[in-house]
Amino acid sequence: MQQISAELEKRLGTAVEKMPPFPKSVQRVLELTRDINCRPKDLVEVIEKDPIITIKVLKIINSAYYGLTNKITSINQTVIYLGANTLKNLALSFSTVGILPNKNDAGFDIHHYLVSSLVTAGIVRLLGTQYAPGDADPTDCYVAGLLHDFGKVVFAVCMPEEFSQALALSANEHIPLHKAEKAVIGADHTVVGAMLVKRWQFPEPLVECIAGHHDRTQSSAMGECLHAADLIAERLGYDSNGRVSTERSAVVLAKRFGGDIDAVMAKLGDLSKIIDEAQMFSRSEGT
Amino acid sequence: MKFRFWGVRGSIPVPGPKTLRYGGNTTCIEVRGDDGTLIILDGGTGIFPLAQTLLREMPVKANIFITHSHWDHIHGLPFFIPLFIPGNTLRLHGAFNPVSGSGIEQVMGVQLQYSYFPVREAEMKAVIEYETLAIGQTVTVGDCQVTTTLLNHPVIDFGYRIECNGKSLFFTGDHEPYYNIYDPGDEAYAEYQALIEEKQAAVDDSMRGVDALIVDTSYTLEEYPGKVGWGHGYFDASIAMAQRVGAKRLYCTHHEPTRSDDDLEAVFAAVMARHAGQLNGLEVVLAREGLELEF
Repeated sequence: MQQISAELEKRLGTAVEKMPPFPKSVQRVLELTRDINCRPKDLVEVIEKDPIITIKVLKIINSAYYGLTNKITSINQTVIYLGANTLKNLALSFSTVGILPNKNDAGFDIHHYLVSSLVTAGIVRLLGTQYAPGDADPTDCYVAGLLHDFGKVVFAVCMPEEFSQALALSANEHIPLHKAEKAVIGADHTVVGAMLVKRWQFPEPLVECIAGHHDRTQSSAMGECLHAADLIAERLGYDSNGRVSTERSAVVLAKRFGGDIDAVMAKLGDLSKIIDEAQMFSRSEGT
Repeated sequence: MKFRFWGVRGSIPVPGPKTLRYGGNTTCIEVRGDDGTLIILDGGTGIFPLAQTLLREMPVKANIFITHSHWDHIHGLPFFIPLFIPGNTLRLHGAFNPVSGSGIEQVMGVQLQYSYFPVREAEMKAVIEYETLAIGQTVTVGDCQVTTTLLNHPVIDFGYRIECNGKSLFFTGDHEPYYNIYDPGDEAYAEYQALIEEKQAAVDDSMRGVDALIVDTSYTLEEYPGKVGWGHGYFDASIAMAQRVGAKRLYCTHHEPTRSDDDLEAVFAAVMARHAGQLNGLEVVLAREGLELEF
């Protein structure tokens, strides 16, 4: 198990608190919150496509302030618990902080990251529904996909120099990005992402899923769906700025999905709706 | 155990000849344990006349539970006279506000600012304590146990169940019955409905079998469709809730501020006529200032 220091953990956690949402979310939240008759379902649609707003909302509802024993994993559940108006005001407060700039010092493509996360999220949900009914909740699957690479953005924003080196190492040496991160930073984005959501008391299966999405020992149904979705997204060109496929991939796919990646993709059918929605959402007006 | 209504009006105080019988003060309910423990549910303007009666029993130890921070549930608090007298203690309980990031102390803090009130908290002579509560938390106050339930309103709202030696009451504060935010044709409709039913079942459990269920019943069935999302209930939903949870008595409160006494009685009569023969022993009462029940 990779470790990061308590000091770094605190620094990264604080940085996420200050991190603004993605441009399109900010634009839509500001539009929606100007209308007193804003429909809650429209707000949910925006929030659940933004990893940063989603993380901040789930962090609050799962915090010790409310002491919930059943952890909350979806924005829809949050509407039922906190109410649409509180959710609206939370989203607004996050959105007035600014927007996540597409250009950062690490040279990490935020737009590509967001589309990849949304594509992966859509595919994990689909896989969960088709291949793990009863074992993996489709809503949890979606959130796992949306947040699984969150550690990359945290690196890009908080440790741009080191992350830039990791990106270069991955590209030059043709090694998966998480291995390059480990070599340069000492921990990869799975460790950082999982550490943060654990710190914020997110549901344990979600923490494990994020922690293990490049790990051979991943064994939960949701983890397997996430891993497969990650590979499929990569195959489709949505790799979140970093290669993910490794030698273990075939093992996981054969066990749960009964075939290799081509067979799984063929069975899933047309994924263009997921991709189109992700593309449409990730672009803000004028970009 | 007993309780008395000191304010039954929603949103804003409405004194005047048209509200004399039911009262124009905003929400405040005095609850007494068998040992005399004083619990006050909400600090609307009804807390001011209550406060004057408390001057006979000094030192006052008041346990105030705030359902939520909207003005009509807190704006009597600075006028709670025992706050100005040494030897008294006020312990204020309520929820954490996720948007401001503050605990229940915020409801006093915002009101006692220089621009809005002449006395600062530091100048008040009573001991003021704050306890921000979690969802489902139970606190013991004298011979009573008070448990929170998160309900549905445009700000965090706790319903409170109070138990005392086998007797119980539940007060919702402001609450709108859960409704599906999706349309029946939407992909997410069924999943959301399942989530609502799960949450509704948990809320029902928290009210199960109470002797007195005091519920936000602002609207009529006919008015409600124009008020969806405003965070308030209506007569038919309150009756259905009371029947689901097996409450013995239902008290309808948080009366719509523009409704006169005559109008209130007229809409209530219509509701009762519509439910004639279907209440299965449930007693349904319109809350009014001064109404008291000992049980």
